[in-house]
Amino acid sequence: MNEQHTQHPHESKEDGHGYGIYILVWLGLLTLTGITVAVAGINLGGLTVATALIIASIKSYLVLTIFMHLRVEQTAFKVFVIVALFFVIISFVLLFSDYSFIQDSDV
Amino acid sequence: MSQAAVIHTNGHTSYLEHKGKYSGLKSWIFSTDHKRIGILYLTGLLTFYAVGVVFGFLIRLELIAPGRTIMDAQTYNSIFTLHGVIMIFLFVIPGLPAVFGNFFLPIMIGAKDVAFPRLNLLSWWLYITGGLLAIISILLPGGPADTGWTFYIPYSIRTGTNVLFTMFAAFLLGFSSILTGLNFITTIHRMRAPGMGWFKMPLFSWALYATAWIQILATPIIGITLLLIIVERVLGVGLFDPALGGDPILYQHLFWIYSHPAVYIMIVPAMGVVSEIIPVFARRTIFGYKFIAFSSIGIALFGSLVWAHHMFAVGMSDTGQFVFSLLTFLVAIPSAIKVFNWTATLYKGSIQLDPPMLYALAFIFLFSIGGLTGVMQGALSVDIHITDTAFIVAHFHYVMFGGTGVGIFAALHYWMPKMFGRMYNKKVAKVAFWFFFIGFNTLYFPMFVMGWLGMPRRYYDYLPEYTIYHQISTVGSWILILGLIIMFTNLIRGMRKGPKVTEKNIWGGETLEWQIETPPTHENFAEIPVITEGPYEYKQNEPEYEEAVSHEENGKGKEFK
Amino acid sequence: MSIPAPFTGKTEHEAHAHRDDIASRMGMWLFLFTELLLFGGLFFLYSVYRYENKEAFHDAARELDTLIGAFNTAILLTSSLTMALSIAAIQKNKKMLSVVFQMITVALGLGFMINKYFEWSLKISHGLYPKSEVMLSLDHGEIIFFGLYYVMTGLHGLHVLVGMVLISVMTNFTLKNIINRDNYVKLEAAGLYWHLVDIIWIFLFPLFYLIT
Repeated sequence: MNEQHTQHPHESKEDGHGYGIYILVWLGLLTLTGITVAVAGINLGGLTVATALIIASIKSYLVLTIFMHLRVEQTAFKVFVIVALFFVIISFVLLFSDYSFIQDSDV
Repeated sequence: MSQAAVIHTNGHTSYLEHKGKYSGLKSWIFSTDHKRIGILYLTGLLTFYAVGVVFGFLIRLELIAPGRTIMDAQTYNSIFTLHGVIMIFLFVIPGLPAVFGNFFLPIMIGAKDVAFPRLNLLSWWLYITGGLLAIISILLPGGPADTGWTFYIPYSIRTGTNVLFTMFAAFLLGFSSILTGLNFITTIHRMRAPGMGWFKMPLFSWALYATAWIQILATPIIGITLLLIIVERVLGVGLFDPALGGDPILYQHLFWIYSHPAVYIMIVPAMGVVSEIIPVFARRTIFGYKFIAFSSIGIALFGSLVWAHHMFAVGMSDTGQFVFSLLTFLVAIPSAIKVFNWTATLYKGSIQLDPPMLYALAFIFLFSIGGLTGVMQGALSVDIHITDTAFIVAHFHYVMFGGTGVGIFAALHYWMPKMFGRMYNKKVAKVAFWFFFIGFNTLYFPMFVMGWLGMPRRYYDYLPEYTIYHQISTVGSWILILGLIIMFTNLIRGMRKGPKVTEKNIWGGETLEWQIETPPTHENFAEIPVITEGPYEYKQNEPEYEEAVSHEENGKGKEFK
Repeated sequence: MSIPAPFTGKTEHEAHAHRDDIASRMGMWLFLFTELLLFGGLFFLYSVYRYENKEAFHDAARELDTLIGAFNTAILLTSSLTMALSIAAIQKNKKMLSVVFQMITVALGLGFMINKYFEWSLKISHGLYPKSEVMLSLDHGEIIFFGLYYVMTGLHGLHVLVGMVLISVMTNFTLKNIINRDNYVKLEAAGLYWHLVDIIWIFLFPLFYLIT
């Protein structure tokens, strides 16, 4: 993790079938998009939002790990992503520790 | 820069006289040398600080008596707004990382520069542009912003003053801060010298690392918040405007999600400086290195979770208040750990009371007062009473000025001789210190008292019963400013004309900056060193060392470093 | 024009000797975190306001065309594919293929922006823009919805434009062999940026277009 010399670009581990995985993921992403749209047509109340966000998270996970090569990067990068996401999520949770519990809101 | 004297050290060319692509002023403002960029920041920093001090002086002058003293209420509002904006965004937040982080981080980890030197220069350009915009906002029609540095809704979208300029300035300054953080994280991960594992890194580097994460994660939130106010004022989108359905409290949440972690951007590097200075001037290994390293991370982490303690009186839900109060108490723990460890380091040390040490010790004292009053404010029942009073003003000046400000002064006295190859007058420095210390406490301690007794903050006028406290406080400001004048005159004169220093290890430190030339060469190191031991291996005052020495004296020679 | 050295600020010779691709990618990832938090702030706003104005948001969202939104999502997802493929191509030393993929990515980005232009024009022609009479006559929750819509899709669109410019610059570099099989970290960095822009839209889409 501490080299200061010329970095060889990481050899494509899938040199023979380098393009295939990306196309597969793309198809998956389109499918998931389709599912999200379909689910939105069905009224499940709060569950619709939750489903949409879960599917969006899965899509993001695919983009992060495959398209953005997080899967083959050093561990430090993966830790970084988790730290950043953790900050977003915990801020969100704490923000709602205020808003979910307002007693006399007239909004 | 024009006064940078030509200094030859043992036949080496220092970075101050290195010949690059440009010459003269251009060789500075287009330089990608982290050391020169550090000096560029120092110049900007001290200039903006002087402006901020003048505004502080004017505030105190106005408040020496009730009613109008030297200015009207509108002007007063603008003066305290600018005092806050300048001090926070142009002095305390950039301060240590931009000047000393830039100058010394690469050296301390055995590197020749930061990871992205050109980005580093861009950071400085953004800083200067932001600073100039803030100053220009004072002069443009409409007058300088009068909202307080917090720009609370709805006044910030209604006022006719130059809020746009000030906010855009803050936005650029945030960008500068982000890029510095980005640079430092990458530098620390990728450019440490061979053998320097994470736990052989100096504690100042640990502090800069923790700070850099806050810079990266928290700053964009205020970026978007400022952008939204700009958009609100220009386009009227209605995201915060209560008349259009917006929620002013939500603005406060967003504002403080950055601005609270920002105070940890301010204090953590200062704590790093203290962790560097104490071992050197106590001639002892730092007590609890890992605890101090991890506590920096802990402060960064917990400090990001407490922001709404600035909002206890605005109408939050009970649950929210409870959660944030609890977390606020918790964040005091890692800070306290540091104070214990510094104190433990001093125990049985040989204390040298040189100027850097005086400031480091003052830091511990002043920061403890500030920090403990912070914990007081974390208690909901207490805070309802003292929020928005002078008590809060005293608290944050003790931590930000008595903490970070003093940390900056300590760093100046510690590292400037290395940066410039000249020494200031140590006796004068000590005199300045005492004027500063006495002035500081005279200025701010009465604010605790009058705040407790009900004196509101940001008030232009006040009831006669508070007069005595204001008078003491204002006199304190004069003593303090006298101290600052003596201090900076001494430092500047010292760096321009003081006796030359050529020894590498001016104070007897163990970190890498004390192993290289004074001032450093352009490349820092002729060869990247290989690290074999930690940064605070002081052998004196350690039991093993004393034993070894006595063995040696008895003829049982023991190899010791 | 001199060949731009990787970010080390050193002389050309030294720069190549001390090139650090991992550092370059790390720098870009850290920058992406700032973008995540920048939009994150807006998502926080959206969440709170939606929590407090559920019906108004539901009503206002009917102005948005789900099909166009889904189509735009598909466009952006495909552009991410072509971006990833352009890197795979240069890894295999297929310079022109990489260039073609990059250009398709930019073209898809342009398509996205054209769609966005039509969407916005439609709303503006209905009088739905900030401070308009129509807007001010709406329920507060709806005003907020449209405020968020314009700001979030607007800021996102700005990022798409920046991405298109960035990738075009990379295409230029690829054609000039500055980006090549042995040195393509710049392209990777541009790709990372583009993928993040895609991810942001992945979340924007359901939150604005699928809440009816």
